[in-house]
Amino acid sequence: MIRAEKLNKSFGSLHVLKDIDLEVQKGDVVVIIGASGSGKSTLLRCLNFLEMADSGEIYLEGKRIDPDKTDLNQVRQQVGMVFQHFHLFPHRSVLENIIEAPLYVKKTDREKAEAMGMSLLEKVGLADKAHVYPHALSGGQKQRVAIARSLAMQPKVMLFDEPTSALDPELVGEVLAVMKELAQEGMTMVVVTHEMGFAQEVADVVVFMDEGRIIEAGKPGQIFHSPKEERTKAFLSKVL
Amino acid sequence: MDFVQIFQTTLAGFSKAAWETVQLTFWSLVLGMGLGLILAFFKISGNRILHWISNIYITVIRGTPLIVQIFTIYFGLTEMVVLDSFTAGVIALGIHAAAYIAEIFRGAIQSIDKGQMEAARSLGMTYGLAMRRIILPQAFRRSIPPLGNQFIIGLKDSSLVAYIGGTELWSAALSAAADNFQQFETYFVNGLYYLVLVLIFTYLVARLEARLDVEQRSAKT
Ligand SMILES: Nc1ncnc2c1ncn2[C@@H]1O[C@H](COP(=O)(O)OP(=O)(O)OP(=O)(O)O)[C@@H](O)[C@H]1O
Ligand SMILES: [Mg+2]
Repeated sequence: MIRAEKLNKSFGSLHVLKDIDLEVQKGDVVVIIGASGSGKSTLLRCLNFLEMADSGEIYLEGKRIDPDKTDLNQVRQQVGMVFQHFHLFPHRSVLENIIEAPLYVKKTDREKAEAMGMSLLEKVGLADKAHVYPHALSGGQKQRVAIARSLAMQPKVMLFDEPTSALDPELVGEVLAVMKELAQEGMTMVVVTHEMGFAQEVADVVVFMDEGRIIEAGKPGQIFHSPKEERTKAFLSKVL
Repeated sequence: MDFVQIFQTTLAGFSKAAWETVQLTFWSLVLGMGLGLILAFFKISGNRILHWISNIYITVIRGTPLIVQIFTIYFGLTEMVVLDSFTAGVIALGIHAAAYIAEIFRGAIQSIDKGQMEAARSLGMTYGLAMRRIILPQAFRRSIPPLGNQFIIGLKDSSLVAYIGGTELWSAALSAAADNFQQFETYFVNGLYYLVLVLIFTYLVARLEARLDVEQRSAKT
């Protein structure tokens, strides 16, 4: 579905991504784990071109995306992203947040967009909050709205960058539940998270990154119970 | 000293002139906001030449007296086209206010969390659409208090248009005082008109700010 080949990215003299190869199959959930600063966010941001890789290639459904020749706005419509800090639009109500891009990017007509927005809100359990403004929501509710907002563009892949890291512990579950449901429906997902329970339960592939490299990738059972690399073992012994 | 009498004899003239002042201020601020927004975009565009143009503009306008600008524009432009003092006044005041408004807008736009632009772009919005639908509405709301302040300054600054033959509030004071020889009372009463205009304006800005505040809006519903 989405594939990165030999991605490299530096910020000044800091080499953040080093020859990253990553392939995400349709319908798979790939969970990326790794220490802070290992380049996980940068990798996700390169996948939807919020950040431009210095070298390497990205393929979406087998087609290479050449950032100079492709309309990246088109690409981003197909690659949803959920951020650690939600980034809901504070001046728009919950429903307006969700239908903003369908209305103005896809030019869906309002009636249709609103119907779709409401059904997405139902899906994330927030239909009753449609006309509330984001400031009145809890963190967990905000993140569920952000997921619905991203889904409203009917993306082929969803990227999640630590979607629960900014939440109070008691609110983490409701967001993970929505993500689990999405995974079960067959959404292709790339998830950066520190929630190892979620990784074990939902991931098809777990990828461990360290210092800008993919050190090891495999089934969750293999990574968590019999990691091959010393660095993976060391990391897991700290977080498990 | 007879304030009441001065007030009565100047009432018609001052009221008419106050309306002229309101119009002068209004149009100059429309111009100032338009120009100011363009200059703000020049500054954040990342294009060196545009940035530089904007900087020079702001430096020159902020570094020279308004009265000099008004005279320069009035006499400079009338060499090319015949301009009445109202139009020249609108242009001069607008050009002047734009320098300050540009900085207000730039600051407001840059104060919006970077995540807003990223979230908008991640949904497939173009830069322009994200600016228009997501960033600018938030930035505008944030710039209302300093803009209101700038508007008040603009209202009072418009008095200088009297010196290129304007017919606004201060020019009415000058001619009334020349007729009745009661300088103090006439200027004092004239000042009250400005004060009232400023108070009305302050009230309207506060109303607008409250209306655009989603936190207050949803708290009510
Ligand atoms: N825009 C930027 N400019 C300069 N350096 C950056 C930028 N973005 C990230 N970095 C640096 O790149 C490195 C990798 O950052 P990244 O955010 O990808 O790590 P991460 O694995 O997501 O970490 P975390 O778990 O803390 O989110 C860090 O050292 C970070 O400081
Ligand atoms: Mg990160």
